Amino acid sequence: MALELIKGNVAVAETALRVGLVSYFGYPITPQTELLEHLSARMPEIGRAFVQAESELGAINMVYGAACTGMRTMTSSSSPGVSLMQEGISYIAGTELPAVIVNVVRGGPGLGNIAPSQADYTQMVHGGGHGEYHLIVLAPASVQEAVDLTALAFDLAEKYRMVACLLMDGYLGQMMEPVELPPFAPIRTQAPSWAVGAKHPEGERAVLTSINISPPMQEIFNVKMMSRWEQIEKDEVRYKGYYLDDAEYVVVGYGTAGRIALTSVRAARAKGIKVGLLRPITVSPFPVEVLDKLVSGKKGVLVVEMNNGQMLDDVSAVVAKRVLIHFYGRMGGMVPYPDEIDAAIDEMIHGDHDVNRDARGIWLAKMRELVGTGA
Amino acid sequence: MLDSDVKLIYERPHGFTDVTTHYCPGCTHGVAHRLIAEVLEEMGELDNTIGVAPVGCSVFAYNYFDFDFVEAAHGRAPAMATGIKRTLPNKMVFTYQGDGDLASMGMGEIIAAAARGEQITVFFINNTNYGMTGGQMAPTTLPGQKTSSSPLGRDVETQGYPIRTAELMSSLDGASFVVRRSLHDARNIRNAKKAIRTAFEVQKHGMGFSFIELLSTCPTNWGLTPVKARDWLREYMIPQYPIGDFKVSSAVEELVKGG
Repeated sequence: MALELIKGNVAVAETALRVGLVSYFGYPITPQTELLEHLSARMPEIGRAFVQAESELGAINMVYGAACTGMRTMTSSSSPGVSLMQEGISYIAGTELPAVIVNVVRGGPGLGNIAPSQADYTQMVHGGGHGEYHLIVLAPASVQEAVDLTALAFDLAEKYRMVACLLMDGYLGQMMEPVELPPFAPIRTQAPSWAVGAKHPEGERAVLTSINISPPMQEIFNVKMMSRWEQIEKDEVRYKGYYLDDAEYVVVGYGTAGRIALTSVRAARAKGIKVGLLRPITVSPFPVEVLDKLVSGKKGVLVVEMNNGQMLDDVSAVVAKRVLIHFYGRMGGMVPYPDEIDAAIDEMIHGDHDVNRDARGIWLAKMRELVGTGA
Repeated sequence: MLDSDVKLIYERPHGFTDVTTHYCPGCTHGVAHRLIAEVLEEMGELDNTIGVAPVGCSVFAYNYFDFDFVEAAHGRAPAMATGIKRTLPNKMVFTYQGDGDLASMGMGEIIAAAARGEQITVFFINNTNYGMTGGQMAPTTLPGQKTSSSPLGRDVETQGYPIRTAELMSSLDGASFVVRRSLHDARNIRNAKKAIRTAFEVQKHGMGFSFIELLSTCPTNWGLTPVKARDWLREYMIPQYPIGDFKVSSAVEELVKGG
């Protein structure tokens, strides 16, 4: 199939529709809006449901309702909008429903700005809503990967009856790249028997709630959810490794930061430095075992993010002070240039080698010098 | 054994499960539930209906209605119903919401659903307080009415005025049928049932958004006996919340005339 030059947001929207999206509910917010705009034209065109909701709160609760029918549904937003959706995400998780959510992350906190950021890692990976639940979180690093992971997100959401998210950023949403879109898949015509409005076994009906008024029953449900998550951690971890076979140093980065880090890793390789890149694709489930095996015997690990080191905490927990850790991040919608990461790799190799070093604190001190504190 | 000339004129609606409700004695939730179940049964829609329960006293409504049901987050039932109805447009979809749920927490969702003309039916139970949490002030609490969070009586200077929800909804072009009825005596209950039938017919015929406000009693939180609560509703609520039709679109008028 021919490649088409498409913007990330539009590519995700068109892919969702092609893999059988039945209903979409959203609200305009930069840098995600093209996704909603594309579906506002395409969904009615092929007889599917599109609603521009009154708010992200409305949108996520429409998704909640649509997910109860067992048909493919999704919403998309950017950071402040996703914050507003957290209530609904918790309810959808607590009702065990499949749904897909796209977060095209921007700089924050608060209204922040509309520039690319990874500041919502913790919110998406470690749960932004109340109660205890996990989301499957997929982090593409190119428009093609966003296309592929959109299709995967629907499959995983249905396989496990849970929310699957695409964790993008303003770059991936706005950037145009040549991609191959999937062919049109038929939409599901028969809903699963647990869904409302579906055919149920004789004498049964569907009641979908997130309520467990009895604490012992709630705990049993939580054990069930955790057990399912344990299985997902075993079966669904995805990542990409670059130059890892003989690497002495490992850079860890996902999404756009991972992609920029790859440029730096290639530059270092050209200079003969034995450095590789681990790019988690599922940031949730996090590739714990992969990283655990990978770092043993290594000389150093550099974590690169477009935030204050949110994944750094997850990496640090795995490394457990066995290996030197460095961190380089930009915040607030700032995106690192490769030369900044080149310098961070250089420092990992030639700087202090104390495994007890405070990677974030040392980075922050440098940031104070580099950009100031505004004080 | 029944004699052959004995006629069964009253039985448990088939839209109910065989469960005793948790509602307090004298509360009119049971009446509202029954009317909805009766109408859906009479219309032959029991197997084609999906209900959306709220957060509030009727949070467990799905335990009492014997058809597919979902349970919404507080105030979000109209959004959830939108998601269901847009996905399954041939299903009968209704929300059942209290005054805290609909007129406070969920005012945004209900206004937007009505403005979009969503093909859903909304039952709004107005009993002037937050029942489930123990009788706090609601958007519908009357001026001067004592509640557990307006212990000196609702002071409109600092706590604002009650919202006449049906009147508010009637201003929206997307709403086709907006009425207020009361559940305090037999005549009014019969009228409420007629309106419920019309509301579901409106949805069945794809005529737009239908909304029924039902004035209801809350003897426990009002601190009144069931009988006195009914008197209180008649004496104090109806002057504030007049019974009436606030929006009947011309298409709905034709539908009603056509019987």
